[in-house]
Amino acid sequence: MYRSNILVCGGTGCTSSGSEKIISKLWKEIKIRGLEQEVNVIKTGCFGLCSLGPIMIVYPEGSFYSMVQVDDIAEIVEEHLLKGRVVKRLLYKETLDGEKIKSLNETAFYSKQKRIVLKNCGLINPESIDEYIAMDGYCALGRVLGKMSPRDVIEEIKMSDLRGRGGGGFPTGVKWELTAKSEAEQKYVCCNADEGDPGAFMDRAILEGDPHSVIESMAIAGYAIGANKGFIYVRAEYPIAVKRLNIAIEQARNYGLLGQDIFSSGFNFDIDLRLGAGAFVCGEETALMSSISGKRGEPRPRPPYPAVKGLFDCPTLLNNVETYANIPQIILKGASWFNSIGTEKSKGTKVFALGGKINHTGLVEVPMGTTLREIVEEIGGGIPNGKKFKAAQTGGPSGGCISIENIDIPIDYDNLLSIGSMMGSGGLIVMDQDTCMVDIAKFFLEFTVDESCGKCVPCRIGTKRLLEILNKITSGNGTIEDIDKMEKLCYYIKSNSLCGLGQTAPNPVLSTLKCFRNEYEMHVNKKKCEAGVCKSLLRYEIIEGKCKGCTLCARNCPVSAISGFVGMPHEIDSDKCIKCGICMQKCKFDAIIKH
Amino acid sequence: MKTLEELKKIRDEARKNINVRNNNPNDIKVLIGMATCGIAAGARQVMKEFINQVDKKNIRNVTITQTDCAGSCEYEPRVEIIFPGNEKATYVNITPEKVSRIIDEHIINGNIVKEYTIGWNN
Amino acid sequence: MKMVNLKIDGVKVSVPENTTILQASIVAGIHIPTLCFLKDVNQIGACRICVVEVKGLKSLVASCVYPVSEGMEVYTNTQFIRDSRKITLELILSTHDKKCLSCIRNGNCELQKLCSDFGIDDENRFKGEKIRFIKDESAIHLVRDNNKCVLCRRCVAACKKQNVGVINVNERGFDTKVGCAFEKDLSDRSCVSCGQCIASCPTGALSEKDSCDEVMKAIYNENKYVIVNTAPSIRATLGECFGMPIGTNVKGKMVAALRRIGFDKVFDTDFGADLTIMEEAYEFLDRFQNNGKLPMITSCSPGWVKYCEYNYPDLIPNLSTCKSPQQMTGAIIKTWYAQKFNISVKDIVVVSVMPCTAKKFEITRENQAASGFPDTDISITTRELARLIKCANIDFELLQDEEFDSILGDSTGAGVIFGVTGGVMEAALRTLEEALEGKPIDRVDYTEVRGNKGVKEAVYNISGKNISVAVVNGLENVPEILDEIRSGESKYSFIEVMCCPGGCINGGGQPIHNSYTRQINDIIGKRMKAIYSEDKNLPLRKAHENQAIKMIYDEFLDNPGSEKAHEVLHTNYTKRNKF
Repeated sequence: MYRSNILVCGGTGCTSSGSEKIISKLWKEIKIRGLEQEVNVIKTGCFGLCSLGPIMIVYPEGSFYSMVQVDDIAEIVEEHLLKGRVVKRLLYKETLDGEKIKSLNETAFYSKQKRIVLKNCGLINPESIDEYIAMDGYCALGRVLGKMSPRDVIEEIKMSDLRGRGGGGFPTGVKWELTAKSEAEQKYVCCNADEGDPGAFMDRAILEGDPHSVIESMAIAGYAIGANKGFIYVRAEYPIAVKRLNIAIEQARNYGLLGQDIFSSGFNFDIDLRLGAGAFVCGEETALMSSISGKRGEPRPRPPYPAVKGLFDCPTLLNNVETYANIPQIILKGASWFNSIGTEKSKGTKVFALGGKINHTGLVEVPMGTTLREIVEEIGGGIPNGKKFKAAQTGGPSGGCISIENIDIPIDYDNLLSIGSMMGSGGLIVMDQDTCMVDIAKFFLEFTVDESCGKCVPCRIGTKRLLEILNKITSGNGTIEDIDKMEKLCYYIKSNSLCGLGQTAPNPVLSTLKCFRNEYEMHVNKKKCEAGVCKSLLRYEIIEGKCKGCTLCARNCPVSAISGFVGMPHEIDSDKCIKCGICMQKCKFDAIIKH
Repeated sequence: MKTLEELKKIRDEARKNINVRNNNPNDIKVLIGMATCGIAAGARQVMKEFINQVDKKNIRNVTITQTDCAGSCEYEPRVEIIFPGNEKATYVNITPEKVSRIIDEHIINGNIVKEYTIGWNN
Repeated sequence: MKMVNLKIDGVKVSVPENTTILQASIVAGIHIPTLCFLKDVNQIGACRICVVEVKGLKSLVASCVYPVSEGMEVYTNTQFIRDSRKITLELILSTHDKKCLSCIRNGNCELQKLCSDFGIDDENRFKGEKIRFIKDESAIHLVRDNNKCVLCRRCVAACKKQNVGVINVNERGFDTKVGCAFEKDLSDRSCVSCGQCIASCPTGALSEKDSCDEVMKAIYNENKYVIVNTAPSIRATLGECFGMPIGTNVKGKMVAALRRIGFDKVFDTDFGADLTIMEEAYEFLDRFQNNGKLPMITSCSPGWVKYCEYNYPDLIPNLSTCKSPQQMTGAIIKTWYAQKFNISVKDIVVVSVMPCTAKKFEITRENQAASGFPDTDISITTRELARLIKCANIDFELLQDEEFDSILGDSTGAGVIFGVTGGVMEAALRTLEEALEGKPIDRVDYTEVRGNKGVKEAVYNISGKNISVAVVNGLENVPEILDEIRSGESKYSFIEVMCCPGGCINGGGQPIHNSYTRQINDIIGKRMKAIYSEDKNLPLRKAHENQAIKMIYDEFLDNPGSEKAHEVLHTNYTKRNKF
């Protein structure tokens, strides 16, 4: 027994900011002080507050240390672990209330959250099946196999009103039912862990922090639909997730929680991993299955749907990681518990990867129906440097922008659709006043153009041409006709593309056109980018009256675009200027402006 | 894994190791003075003994942690025991040999070991 | 069969369930335009030309793959669909080289036709970045020009269907292109040169390597004695290049045209086919009676032979050692015929007109030069012949029928049916049965091996012995039969394999029809019919009855399978590595 546990985040974010080194240093310092029998160090999954990493929590006190450096470790061990004195200077500021130390759950970041799928993330050692079991892990599978018929399981999931968390929001129970109804000798259960939206890392966090929840859930799904084999399709770019999944699968096999005759029920189920090479389109269900079966990862037209003809042409159930992570909780706590959370048509919680211009970038899980304002201003801690909120982007490259007018709309599947965005997998990028919406549309479109599989014409060529028009506009060569042409092309691509990737590719353009058409027009008519992002439209100018002729700007200009005599006002040659902005940063007299 | 009971056994065993993370307000708190004075007087051995005994006796609802110097260094090693919602009881000049009795009488059966508390001798 | 009722553009139709909207629309008399769709080959819904509106669905759907359902309401010609198709075409054009006038498929291009049908008025509406591709001219039989490729993937599907699968899609998104694995040249891959990819291509991205100029150069060279011979199937297909109905036999006009072009002699490869039967039937007889390697497998389809060398090298001993009719014809021309008519072999140019691009490869094979010179010098396809005729100011339709030159223009019905799947087997059986029975037999038709099924099998009791035969129609069906030989379970004694589905009448060098024509016509069936009716109407229908053949054995070859025959008419094969 350990009197104290130190949980150190071993998620991807904290790992890259050095949590591995911190763990080894912790052990070293603990051993020096002979505490190794009393204090245990546990590497966990993501805590959520990624911007503050590396993060650690010391229990039983629950002291939350953020941005911990290796050099801080000796102090923490000596003071906190040995002597019981919390090292206040390293505590997460929000947990400090004067002299009082608040629990983490009382901070703004956590208090509004409701953790169902992330409940074990940051709390258990994901490489220990025992710790998962200690949190009632595999109890749901035991209950399902012992007391429920496949029909009962499907009914329970249907009653919960759980909808697919991968983006589309299709009712999960209905999907299970359809696959269960397909008659075939062989069926498969697949897990979509090919998270590809830029900035989204919900699924990665679950796999890194609580891999067994997905494994348990897939076994439950296998039982419900009549499949004995599962595949997890995970990106090779998620090495930590892959490693922990492999460990978890091996542990589950050793405990007989995967394999033959699980819980003496006669039910057999096993899972294999398949690593994806990171093509965005492989998140599309038919492309994913094509890739698992060793073929080029490309979508095919539906129907037939995977429930009828999926992996290796067999009926296949595919859910994403976050969807699966909900299942054991629904089984254990009941459908009515689950559907008491959320809005009328969207039940439960949603995990968002909060990014962009926001103080607390990281991972948050909130009940459906939480408003964007709550997420941005309360949980996310608002926008840095006192800047103003301009818009938030949800749904990644398939989604759209939510402007300030809609900041108080409760977020759920249907509301987001109605305002021209979509839930997507849960990326939420906050943009402030310095963001150019045309540039944002371009950013997402560049992504889609890169990631198009190239099978159908609208996506392969259409998005490319769309991007070319956007480039024309942001470089100051656009015409008002280009905007119309672009809009027409958008609607064409939406309704003509083969798969969801193409059908949603124009959304970032359409939604910015809808909410920020004036910005497009400004770029075209006045050749002006108000946010000052589109370099081609920028002009740097030296205000004669303010310039002291100190030559600092001229000496720092990388292309020698600034000239002038010492002590005399300088001048910028706008033909030479590459708009890097260094002169403006260097000027001590605020004599340089951009417009 | 053959039965749910088997799973529950593993669960109960595993919970021992993660209980400390629950920060459960209903836990009985054992606080051991671990300032320089406490350590010098042998508080480390006392703490180790508490951990050993609690583990051996399979007691689940106890949190063992440290507390700071209380200003009366001559009483160290000092142990405070707090039942949820109750006043704390403070034991002084505790040695590892005394730990077992505190656990049996106080933590398990709820009877304060009066002769170890402060002021008993006075 | 469960029927489904639906409405297409207001027309009520009732079709079996699992029918696609595209199929159902034909019933309603509606021709939905397509580009990537190719019946039985490619149904992937990629090009989006065939999109239609289905009431209740948000997006347009690809009619080539979308199944009908009860009560469905489909619209194929709304303003939105029309606009969409037009944009699709304009987008394709933005990546296409648009060099129609110099394109081999000018006038027979599906993209060109769609643009015309949809009234494309600005081919540069979506002008933008365009990738310049270097042509792949590495292979001996074809040229790939991806500057004309629309990425319909029909070639990829055709190649895969042939069990060859050497081409696929490389890269992704805008950079997508069709090519070989690791961007290798086609010649570095186990391509069998069947040309089915060319026949599937809707544009000029794939074409045979054209030898027309080479042929005309020989003809214009007064020192050269240029002899042409035409394969059995050419007469059944050539007319299609001149707008005649599919299945028109144009033998007489073809011969006349070849004379007008200026060939010194016009022979018939059917003669070579008869000769092949003599050698092949007796080779089989020898193996059958003397415990030779069985089953014996035919070797006249060069695509198949190459496939065998790549994929079943262990079965090379099962291949007949007979050269193909093309090569036998050439070999006899350059040996016996040259001697007999005192023509200098080095001045003879043998041109063969073949339904096949693999024949271009076959003439370059080792051990195919009985006279010391290549048996055949130039092998052209049906399409190239049509081009030669068009270039030579000939009005094909007005030509009067003419006869092949004697004596290598003589042939029997056995040679004619070489052009269809099952034909070689039937021709062989006609000779085999008489040889085994040792007397004339009435039976001529062996209908069990006819037809367009993937695998045909039959057992014939000849002279008290059961001979079990199989006909493999297209490489698609090869593994099914050949894997049995490998595992020692094959029950057959004699197997015919044709590389192309349907046999030579559907070879990779035959006239190309657009997807819609292929959808609504049984092209193979019609061409087959032309072949069998010629066979039926010939006075001689068994190879050994061919008088020219008899004369050549008497004067030159002795007996079938003789040492001389082996020297002139047989060859060998080598294992080829796939990578």
